[in-house]
Amino acid sequence: MWRDTVLVAGKDLRIEARSKVALSQVAPFGIVALVLFAFALGPDRGLMAKGAPGLFWVAVLFCTVLAVQRSVSVESADGARDGLRLSGLDPAGLFLGKSAAVAAQLVVLEAVLAGGVILLYGAKVEVPWLIVVSCLLGTVGLAATGTLYGALSAGIRVRETLLPFLLLPIAAPVLLAGTRIWQAAMAGGTASDGSPWLRLLVVFDAVYVALGIVVYGPIQESA
Amino acid sequence: MIPNRNVHPPPVQSPRARWAVGIIGITAVVATALTVWLGLWVTPPDQSQGDLVRLVYIHPGVAWVALYLAFALAAVSSLLYLWPRTRSMFWDRLAAASVEVGVVFNVCTLISGSIWGKPTWGVWWAWDARLTSTAVLLVLFLGYLALRRVPAEPDVRAKRSAFVALFAAVDIPIVHFSVLWWRTLHQGATVLNPNLSPTIHGSMAWTLLLGFVAVTLVFVWMLLVRYRIGVLEDYLGTGELDVALRERQAEGAVTDEEEAA
Repeated sequence: MWRDTVLVAGKDLRIEARSKVALSQVAPFGIVALVLFAFALGPDRGLMAKGAPGLFWVAVLFCTVLAVQRSVSVESADGARDGLRLSGLDPAGLFLGKSAAVAAQLVVLEAVLAGGVILLYGAKVEVPWLIVVSCLLGTVGLAATGTLYGALSAGIRVRETLLPFLLLPIAAPVLLAGTRIWQAAMAGGTASDGSPWLRLLVVFDAVYVALGIVVYGPIQESA
Repeated sequence: MIPNRNVHPPPVQSPRARWAVGIIGITAVVATALTVWLGLWVTPPDQSQGDLVRLVYIHPGVAWVALYLAFALAAVSSLLYLWPRTRSMFWDRLAAASVEVGVVFNVCTLISGSIWGKPTWGVWWAWDARLTSTAVLLVLFLGYLALRRVPAEPDVRAKRSAFVALFAAVDIPIVHFSVLWWRTLHQGATVLNPNLSPTIHGSMAWTLLLGFVAVTLVFVWMLLVRYRIGVLEDYLGTGELDVALRERQAEGAVTDEEEAA
């Protein structure tokens, strides 16, 4: 399973390295979203800094939708999906590999967005490690749910409109938890302020990664 | 398009099933009428809430159906569909019917809650934990229904929908807790906490209980009717395929004759 995971993740990341879609389209989109949020809130920096945690995660969710769409669409051409299905790779490894590739791209995007939030909104972070941990945990959950829904919607012609509708409400706990942890980190709170939320993220990740490992095979068959 | 009756006989509902659905429907109407009569005329107004309290005879029952019964039924039947040993279109149709009727009850919950919230809290909507969870549940349900509307083979659609229901079912407890903490960590004991039932007794308690029974019966009746509609829809779907096949065959027959001539 792990070998297959590395193979699939490597394949997706190689495609990204050569096409640079996430880097040249998704990351700039995230920045655009941040700028638009700033316009919506007005030039008050205090207000922006206050809203920064939530806006950061909303931007991350939007970028997740795009990254997942991309992850699905690289399989849609030339019967690549059937090829993968026939390749004899372990479905669990396939799921973990595709999730890992999405997660790797999201981590880079989050670094860009976090920099943007700190620079543009003047958000002051007192406890940086709390944010790093929450981003990593949140990313695992987003990548796992995104990959699951991506596989589910792979064969659907109206995928582009359906996927955000299905995925974003499911990811609501990540948004809530991530935002609260950012706020705790900005307020200089201790780890205990964020710990119930960190636990929530761990539960979310564990549930959806486990679910994905079990059901990815049957999902692939049905798509 | 009516399918060819010789190839696909229409699904017949047994007389006993039709009788049972009718009885449940009539009981539901009677129970609802009784609840309305008791709730509006017989029971006294509440000391602090006045006539507003009368919403308590409907709202909790509707909410119980929307948030627990319909949702649990959809989750369990989706799981039973996914389980290879119990896989049958029965579970798929039951899940679909349950979600669709559940959405109606969910919207009714939100509306009746808003009607109560405006005079009591002063706002139509508050970001209370329960309200927010209910709204998220509604959105998840709507996503499920949107997915079902995507044209696909019945078994592919059933499998996809069952997976989405499963993912949503797993998400609901997490959403519930996150929203609960979101409120409680945000501010202390909330003033919006709906403290609806202070020492409820006598005729009010009986009416409340009857309200639960009536609403549940209405749900069951709607579920059964929606299930039947699902069966007929699938029947029409196979019929359309049948008609299309015959049209293609007829085209072939014409060209054969022309070629012969």
